[in-house]
Amino acid sequence: MTRILNRSACHCLLVLAACAVAVTAIANDEFEHAKKLYDTYCAQCHGMGRDGKGINSPTMSTAPRNHLSENIGNIPEAEMEKIIREGGLAVNKSVLMPGWESVMTDEEIKGMVSYLYEICCRENK
Amino acid sequence: MNPTHGKQLLPALGLSTALLLGILQSTAIADDGYRILQDQCAACHALQKPEKEGLDHVWERGGPDLYYSGVKFRHEWLERWLQDPQRIRPGAELYSRYVISTPDGDRIDGDSLPEHPVLEQEDAKAVASALMRLKGPDGLVEEGAYADEQVSSARAQMFFGRLRGCAGCHAIDPGDGGRSGPNLGSAGSRLQPDFIYSYIKNPQAFDPHVWMPRQSLSERDLQMLTGYLLQQRLLEEDDEE
Repeated sequence: MTRILNRSACHCLLVLAACAVAVTAIANDEFEHAKKLYDTYCAQCHGMGRDGKGINSPTMSTAPRNHLSENIGNIPEAEMEKIIREGGLAVNKSVLMPGWESVMTDEEIKGMVSYLYEICCRENK
Repeated sequence: MNPTHGKQLLPALGLSTALLLGILQSTAIADDGYRILQDQCAACHALQKPEKEGLDHVWERGGPDLYYSGVKFRHEWLERWLQDPQRIRPGAELYSRYVISTPDGDRIDGDSLPEHPVLEQEDAKAVASALMRLKGPDGLVEEGAYADEQVSSARAQMFFGRLRGCAGCHAIDPGDGGRSGPNLGSAGSRLQPDFIYSYIKNPQAFDPHVWMPRQSLSERDLQMLTGYLLQQRLLEEDDEE
């Protein structure tokens, strides 16, 4: 009887471990996709280093946000989504930040917000 | 048959023959050009609308899609540029592939940028003719959309630079604007008016994953920006007039 229970417990653990690996893999896929979107659309101003120093930044009248700054973590999720979707003007910020809804789906915008929360405070975690 | 009629018909027949020969000759030139396009250009440029225009397409291509060149470029500019290609996109395509990140900020790695091949005059003429025949899907460009009304340069410049933020990614004069988008200092010499209008209105209609977003612009804004960009012409063109 004990042996049967042990075997069941092992089986459950294996299933749980497999689920955890699957979830991590999905999260990694989302992270990698957001990273690629960032390198396509955001990096031109916010920089390949995510530090606000993209190739367009030197001549801009308002400096692009440094996405490694902890302050990013204080911006509510809904506001982040709105800025990415509709642009800076939608939240009374710079016109230089355009809206990206023509190239990102709602799901991708949510994924980008998660990505930004992840990278902004990684060094301090 | 009245002999007088025959005399009248002869010049008309001669003119028709000359026209036909002209058409045949230009068709032959364009055919030659298309062969060059397929052999030398297709590795970097899409000559037909890609079946899959996903995000990977903008990362994998070496230059802009050319399958709608005939509604985009001015013929005479193409012919000249192919013989003396000057860089239009400071960061090439895709800019991210040519950027080096440094503590002082990103910079374009000039050594890694690809150089465009130079064509001999005959080949440039043939390729330009072939490109002008590539029109893309019907309705891609709104024909006759540009109204050609007078545009105040000063107002449009403020609009381009500050009010709509176009200068964030595009420069008119090198060093006086962004670098991820094409330089627009020669836009008026390079591009057709209705293309400029249609592209600003909806870049994703041409290139679904291009890194220029669709902006919410009024008809008046679109006309003003198109007019302003048409004013940006190569100096040598102005000298010729």
